[in-house]
Amino acid sequence: MENRIIDLFRKKKKNILSVFTTAGFPNLTDTVPVITQLAKEGIDMIEIGMPFSDPVADGDTIQASNKIALDNGMSLEVLFDQIKNIRVHVDIPLILMGYLNPVYQYGIEAFCKKASEIGIDGLILPDLPLDLYLEDYAEIFKKYHLSNILLITPQTSPTRIRQIDEASEGFIYMVSSNSITGKSSGISDQQKEYFQRIEAMNLKNPKIIGFGISDRATFSTACAHAEGAIIGSAFIRALTTDENLPNQIRAFAQSIKQELR
Amino acid sequence: MYQVDEKGFYGQFGGAYIPEMLYPNVEELRQQYLKIIESESFKQEFDLLLKDYVGRPSPLYFASRLSHHYQTQIYLKREDLNHTGAHKINNTLGQIILAKRLGKKRIIAETGAGQHGVATATACALMGMPCIVYMGAVDIDRQKPNVERMRLLGAEVVPATSGSQTLKDATNEAMRHWINNPEDTHYIIGSVVGPHPFPDMVARFQSVISLEMKQQLLEKTGSEDPNYIIACVGGGSNAMGAFYHYLDRPQVNLIVAEAAGLGLKSGESAATTHLGKPGILHGSKTILMQTNDGQVVEPYSISAGLDYPGIGPVHAHLFETARADFNYITDKEAMIAGRLCSQLEGIIPAVESAHALAVLDQRKFESSDVVVINLSGRGDKDMRTYMNYNFDD
Ligand SMILES: Cc1ncc(COP(=O)(O)O)c(C=O)c1O
Repeated sequence: MENRIIDLFRKKKKNILSVFTTAGFPNLTDTVPVITQLAKEGIDMIEIGMPFSDPVADGDTIQASNKIALDNGMSLEVLFDQIKNIRVHVDIPLILMGYLNPVYQYGIEAFCKKASEIGIDGLILPDLPLDLYLEDYAEIFKKYHLSNILLITPQTSPTRIRQIDEASEGFIYMVSSNSITGKSSGISDQQKEYFQRIEAMNLKNPKIIGFGISDRATFSTACAHAEGAIIGSAFIRALTTDENLPNQIRAFAQSIKQELR
Repeated sequence: MYQVDEKGFYGQFGGAYIPEMLYPNVEELRQQYLKIIESESFKQEFDLLLKDYVGRPSPLYFASRLSHHYQTQIYLKREDLNHTGAHKINNTLGQIILAKRLGKKRIIAETGAGQHGVATATACALMGMPCIVYMGAVDIDRQKPNVERMRLLGAEVVPATSGSQTLKDATNEAMRHWINNPEDTHYIIGSVVGPHPFPDMVARFQSVISLEMKQQLLEKTGSEDPNYIIACVGGGSNAMGAFYHYLDRPQVNLIVAEAAGLGLKSGESAATTHLGKPGILHGSKTILMQTNDGQVVEPYSISAGLDYPGIGPVHAHLFETARADFNYITDKEAMIAGRLCSQLEGIIPAVESAHALAVLDQRKFESSDVVVINLSGRGDKDMRTYMNYNFDD
């Protein structure tokens, strides 16, 4: 079957809105309702965060959501069980995102097999760098038709960007600034220069900008330079346990999408 | 055979499992570190500081009363006599000279017991570089004197309030800071942990310990080789320093003391090789205390410098190849051994180092055996722990 990520980028070339959510947050059983509601609201793609005890690339918001999810009892076992029938309701691309160790403990091959059976389209494992991916993981990912989404940052050299572009299938995750997740105070001129520099490289893969995209303004700036953007911390902040979840998600989606429709 | 390979691995362990955000910094280090630290001018600057500023060589002291007590030949490698009171300064001076030569302007570090934080703050004061030290909130509380020393030295001490609020969390915070400040900042990691090339680099800076030991043993015993070298392992930098020049001499038995806290099965322990399995944390594959689901377990030890859920990848390799023998020492065994050393030798050891001393109670040595204990640090910082400990329990 066709990889849904590739399919999405073939059909839609701009304003792709992707949302990151932490599995098992805010309540353990919210994983599927959150994904389903995001899809209903017309979100184009979802990153499902697999919580980890030591998320070094994440800021306070996602750190806290990881901790809450783990305290709620989330694990890869539980997650796979929760989402085993997700493809009955949801047909947008779904990506699993998380740190390497839990995946490594599950067993790389077993993990990829399971993810693929469920209908997951791609993986983002920030602490699995390019060389180790190519050496030890690429074949397994390919066997199970999973796109490996690699990151680039403002510090990544042009040569390395070309290598990452070559090794990528689906899209490239452009980290918007030198930072962990959840830092945002708008998008600076320096960041725009970086976006333009990458645009001018005419990479073969589409690009999605993430980290620090938090509202309509930052989303549309990002979309001016890439096919779309990912919102993570701002979405996590929008979820609370004391209100009706679908309403919170609808309000969030509308706050971002309003003028882009 | 025990050295790092070209790709940064020790057997299956090591590597650089880092997010792309850290790649340029780590890659710069990887490309530069050997060139810099093997240059003559680096060696001159480093050796001079080790001599005049740290006070090296540190003595190898024949502990006659301990020897009599245990009926064997015990030598203490006196890293506790170094400036700032532990082996940590060997590494921080090496790294800060390197950082300067890389053109870095700022230094960050993590610390557990505060010894590495103090040694980093000291090196920064010496070199006139701004310094931020991340320290678990729990450790800030139990290692107050070191916090005050760091502040007096001009460093900013930032509490890490996530997770167990100890060493691993301080390390997470330091890595996040490095991600946010990739251009002018060097991260002085405090042990033989982290992504390649840190473990190898730190091992090289600490290797002066075994270099001196060879010479000193030759003079005192007529042979460079002892029968045993015993060291505690948190991340494993003092142990690596003490083992370095003996790794390829199988006649020298290497013994590691891990912190077992309240006991291996108590759930309050930090004995990594006994409780862990291979996993990935802080940029390298190593042996890691974790749940079946791959979540890192919060370790416990009475000694803040040993309560880390992993060990350096080189030690994971020494464990897997059985080159070193890994022992576990409980809080109580360490405290008793620390008190004994104080009373028989007039040397109050750091609680970390007391774990190495406690191996003497666990294992039987021949009366002719030459046993070197790496006394990694002094106990001044631990006075409160010694005073409050209930030895009679
Ligand atoms: C005196 C002393 N010994 C040992 C250690 C443990 O570190 P490592 O295992 O890297 O030597 C520490 C750490 O703070 C320490 O202060």
